Amino acid sequence: MAVEALGSAPRVKVAPWNDPIIRGWVFQIVVVGLVAGLAWYLVSNTIDNLNRQKIASGFDYLGREAGFEIGDSMIDYSPASTYARAIWVGILNTLRVAVLGIILATILGTLIGVGRLSPNWLLNKICAWYVEAFRNVPLLLWLFLFYKLISEAFPGPKQAISALWGSMFLSNRGLYFPVPMADPIHKWMGVGLLVGIAGAVMLYRWAKKRQEATGQPFPSISAGAGVIIGVPFVIWLAGGAPSTMSWPALKGFNFEGGTVIQPEFTALLLGLVLYTSAFIAEIVRSGILALHKGQSEAAAALGLSRGQSMRLVLLPQALRVIVPPMTSQYLNITKNSSLAIAIGYPDLVASINVTINQTGQAIENILLIMAAYLSVSLSISAFMNWYNKRIALRER
Amino acid sequence: MADLPAGERPQLAPPIDDTGVLGWMRRNLFSSWGNGITTVVLIVAMVWILSSFLDWAVFTANFTASVGSECRGQGACWALIREKYRYIFFGSFPYEQHWRPLFAVIAMLAMLVMSADRRMWNWRLLVIWGVGSFVTFLLMFGQIHIPLSLFLFVALVIGGSGMSLRKGIADTGEMTAYRVLATIGAVGLALRIAGVLPTWSLAIAPLSYVETSLWGGIPVTMILATYGLAFAFPYGILLALGRRSNLPLIKGLCVGFIELIRGVPLISLLIMASVMLPLFLPSGTTIDKFLRAQVAVILFAGAYIAEVIRGGLQSLPKGQFEAADAMGLNYPQKTLLIILPQAIRVVIPPLINTFIGFFKDTSLVLIIGIFDFLNTANQALVDPNWAGFPGEVYLFAAFVYFIFCFSMSRYSKYLEVELNKGTRR
Repeated sequence: MAVEALGSAPRVKVAPWNDPIIRGWVFQIVVVGLVAGLAWYLVSNTIDNLNRQKIASGFDYLGREAGFEIGDSMIDYSPASTYARAIWVGILNTLRVAVLGIILATILGTLIGVGRLSPNWLLNKICAWYVEAFRNVPLLLWLFLFYKLISEAFPGPKQAISALWGSMFLSNRGLYFPVPMADPIHKWMGVGLLVGIAGAVMLYRWAKKRQEATGQPFPSISAGAGVIIGVPFVIWLAGGAPSTMSWPALKGFNFEGGTVIQPEFTALLLGLVLYTSAFIAEIVRSGILALHKGQSEAAAALGLSRGQSMRLVLLPQALRVIVPPMTSQYLNITKNSSLAIAIGYPDLVASINVTINQTGQAIENILLIMAAYLSVSLSISAFMNWYNKRIALRER
Repeated sequence: MADLPAGERPQLAPPIDDTGVLGWMRRNLFSSWGNGITTVVLIVAMVWILSSFLDWAVFTANFTASVGSECRGQGACWALIREKYRYIFFGSFPYEQHWRPLFAVIAMLAMLVMSADRRMWNWRLLVIWGVGSFVTFLLMFGQIHIPLSLFLFVALVIGGSGMSLRKGIADTGEMTAYRVLATIGAVGLALRIAGVLPTWSLAIAPLSYVETSLWGGIPVTMILATYGLAFAFPYGILLALGRRSNLPLIKGLCVGFIELIRGVPLISLLIMASVMLPLFLPSGTTIDKFLRAQVAVILFAGAYIAEVIRGGLQSLPKGQFEAADAMGLNYPQKTLLIILPQAIRVVIPPLINTFIGFFKDTSLVLIIGIFDFLNTANQALVDPNWAGFPGEVYLFAAFVYFIFCFSMSRYSKYLEVELNKGTRR
């Protein structure tokens, strides 16, 4: 009887203004109404203003000619290209600096984080001061400093520092170096690279399965690297080994030919990597410190060297603690790459800022920025969540 | 060995001395071959870097030049800082009035330092911030006009919060006082909006008026960061509570807002505040550029603070919520008296780290043309008489930022230990 009464307690009759469910709904409706009212007020003002200032709306402008230069582009672009293409160039530039930044900052940050745990007092202190120096000063300041140093400390193109028997030139216009002439075989080499990566992954899986079954280790890292490099190389040989190079040479006021790493790109990448690696170092350090001391002692007792115990025992376990905060650092690199606009690297925000100034269509463009960053952020977090699930401790 | 008679046992080497300077070095610098080599390489590298840096920054530096060209061919040109430090610190604020931003900065520092003291974490905090903010803005603006509606609004807030928080605790007289205050506030505001009450305001004008476009340097950075956080804090708390709420519409709104803001860079919000806000408002109304940046910083900070506070809310055991319900407390009482004091206590160290982040991030406002500390440092480089010494100015600015952020991070570390004293064995 008592159980029954507990299970289906009859609802006590209360006045509607005291009923928590009705109250909840009234409260929600009021808040949503206020937000909707505010939104309606803003939208109606905006429509009013747009009509008064005769600003067009809609995304038609994307198909029109952009008419502005972009200094650093990974795909064919000229001022005659469309706005859509200019924005696409910006997105690619953002992705390029973000991906490179994530890879380099992870490597440097891990090294420094491990260095902070070194028994060597001097190395330990140097790493600690590196971390403090970089994370206590705004990234933007580092960017300005690196950019100004590169563009003022290096000589102009005419007095460029040449290296490697005149094949590379370092000046305040960037680092020029030779590249192979464009050749149709390059596309197939790209395909070969993908095939090689897939092959290496399969090799790694097979090696792991064999080691689990028989205990025989297989040098899957060097073999995998061989496959990744080997497949495109064979394709290159099969294509007749085209080896004409495009050499940089001084023509007038600047270099022509070859390819260039621009000072803006270098300063941005350097700033992002050094700044973020300081944060990553702290994450790695606290991840390793979170492990039980017995882990490193057991590894030492098994006769593993410090490097081996770090690589085989400590880091794989620490990854579980490290991955979630690392995800937010990766997102930070991506978002912080938008500071490029301050030193003139043509990233997404910079392209869109020019577009806003030329077309006056602020709303559409800002929606585009938000959509682009949100989709990049969401895909990075989705990937990292997947990775996190993969390395998480499998509990029964 | 034990079976040998005492006199015939072989003499063991004495243990290696690991005390004193030599012992310390043996343990920490030369514990193995690899370590020894690392140490030697690092010492050589450090000596080389430090000696060339000191040579540039001290021994061949020029502290006294009166124009940039006198510094050419020498080390660091610190004379540039000597010439420009007033501009770098205070921007275009009228030169002979520079004492005002100076004292405003001192007032804000005093306010922050006093809030760092745990003995002040009660009603005193409200007094400190009230007086500190009043002094700061009076010095910066020179004249403050407090409109009647602000007084009415404060009355409404005090009355309303008293009515809900002290319900069932306060005696009848106190409750009546709160009801009267709230009624005066609500009726007054309604009359003010309806246009019955006049647009009266209390004018406090001891100094000449300085508009925000002339503000610059360190006070701007500090105001943007401090008030960005001060306003974002209650806003972030509301967002965090909304995200944990079981009302689906509220929760959806809060999650959407937080994730949207956290997914986009601050620059896009600042650009939005500078180009889109004028479109959002009825034509003819203009908002101060400084205020626009401040609003963008507040919106941005609110989303991040909400996530930090959510962490604190999640760390509370469920029993705390249930016990508060069982005591018959209403939602405001439960939240403000039981939940938040415990939840916020847990997240104070991460909140300070968030604040350090915003202090650095305020430098982004230079992109929409506000003269914060980094921007005034940048502008000091524009002077053709002093062109070509970016390193000196940026190192100086970096040093100032470093002092602020480093001391805050030390404080956060100290607090982390201090606040955990009760839970650590």
